[in-house]
Amino acid sequence: MSNKISTAKKVLMLKVIIHLAAFFPLFNLYYLAFNDLLGADPVEQVIHFTGIGAFNLLLVTLTVSPLAKQFKQGYLLKVRRLLGLYAFSYACMHILNFLAFDLQFSWALFFNEIVKRPYITVGMIAFVLVAVLAITSLNRLKRKMGKSWQRLHNFSYLIVILVAIHFYWSVKSELISPLFYFLLTFALLAFRYKKIKALLYH
Amino acid sequence: MLIKIPKSSDLKENEVTPENVYLNRRDLLKGLVFLGAGALLATASTNANAGWFSKEETKKFKTTPLKYTPDANTDKLILTPESKVTTHNNFYEFGAQKQQPAELAQNFKVNPWQLTISGECDNPMTFDYDDLTTMFTLEERIYRLRCVEAWSMNIPWIGFTLAELLKKASPNSSAKYVLFETLHDPIQMPGQDDRRLGGGIAYPYVEGLRIDEAMNPLTLMSVGLYGKTLPPQNGAPIRLVVPWKYGFKSIKSIVSIKLVSKQPQTTWHRLAPNEYGFYANVNPKHDHPRWSQASERHITSGGLFARNRIKTLPFNGYSEQVSHLYKGMDLRKYY
Repeated sequence: MSNKISTAKKVLMLKVIIHLAAFFPLFNLYYLAFNDLLGADPVEQVIHFTGIGAFNLLLVTLTVSPLAKQFKQGYLLKVRRLLGLYAFSYACMHILNFLAFDLQFSWALFFNEIVKRPYITVGMIAFVLVAVLAITSLNRLKRKMGKSWQRLHNFSYLIVILVAIHFYWSVKSELISPLFYFLLTFALLAFRYKKIKALLYH
Repeated sequence: MLIKIPKSSDLKENEVTPENVYLNRRDLLKGLVFLGAGALLATASTNANAGWFSKEETKKFKTTPLKYTPDANTDKLILTPESKVTTHNNFYEFGAQKQQPAELAQNFKVNPWQLTISGECDNPMTFDYDDLTTMFTLEERIYRLRCVEAWSMNIPWIGFTLAELLKKASPNSSAKYVLFETLHDPIQMPGQDDRRLGGGIAYPYVEGLRIDEAMNPLTLMSVGLYGKTLPPQNGAPIRLVVPWKYGFKSIKSIVSIKLVSKQPQTTWHRLAPNEYGFYANVNPKHDHPRWSQASERHITSGGLFARNRIKTLPFNGYSEQVSHLYKGMDLRKYY
């Protein structure tokens, strides 16, 4: 019977789950934060939550194709864009939190920090690249771009490394979590060892 | 028992987060731990032992009301709500996340306690728990606490000056610096034995002051806040408060004070000397390598939309009382 569930249905179900799992935490987070129910400093909480959330979603996005290949479940690739777009959305909120709630729209300080603090510089570069990938994920653009689309979207490997560095440089002293994330990052990149090698020496 | 709450606190009941709502927030949060954003988050930003999946610690540490002289200063600062002062703590011995000390420190034993004063002095002494609140006249001091992470709070401390305490021990002429040490007890302080929970700093935590800084009348040994003895997450039973320096100088749960002749190595300075100096005076002109110190977010009540970014003042606003201590010193070099 289970074989009878059509691929389209599977994809739809997965998408519903992803929407719920990615959107509800954000909704809940801001509900608590606006009502001052998120600890003494909700600003720090929302920045960290959306930052780590974006990183998590990025890693999940990068897990899709190895999973699909390993288990021969090609339909999984159909949810990859949605995951990537959620990673982008979390990253947007991460930066918006920093600008709006931490720096409180002090634009001078915002640009100053981007230039002056290496960990923010690196994070910002990653964000710009993610934004480019998000925009070019539109079907029409994808078709128009042809082969160069894949080349552009290979930047996701660079992005995830930049994000790992951003996290590592941002912490005060606790290095175990960022190192664990480095490990995850390299594990996911290891699946693409041949492809990345080819990209580097091409 | 008379508990006098200063009028200037100006805190209305509705500005303070009700405790039950505050405690429930974690149940609300637990609901969102799921896939993508959630599943890995639990391993990343919150220790799994710290309450995400375990039963919430319900037994609360008991504080007792203190008798003290209220702060006489008339232009008092607006206070940070007590619920925030006691749930937003950097006390890595009980976890490096801000909310962890309030969760993991509630069973901390403060009685019996021993605080020893030793080293370059004629009269080394040991104080026990009761001495801490009875040996000296207690007074309230409303100070701004400025964290090196660029946030601040206004806190009504209760205590006595470090100068009074040190004078009892009669420091000798070789006493040029004062070295403080936090209790080392990994069974009670789980962060001391767990690199992840404890944020990867060296234990026991040590801090130091120059003797003239220690003798400055602003330098407080605090045994309480908001009219009661200190909760463990704020450094019970006794802690240092040096209001013109970044918060990490104000060492908590002190067991040893040593008068020494040479500038001691201190915990954060040893870990990252380019980020944390020995002096660590609040200085808006000297940035931390990873963030600006020119301004700070002042934590009072209010959620995300609190417009609380304010300019940071030299010596955290206490220049008049302390800038003479650093005459002729290059504060960029001795940060």
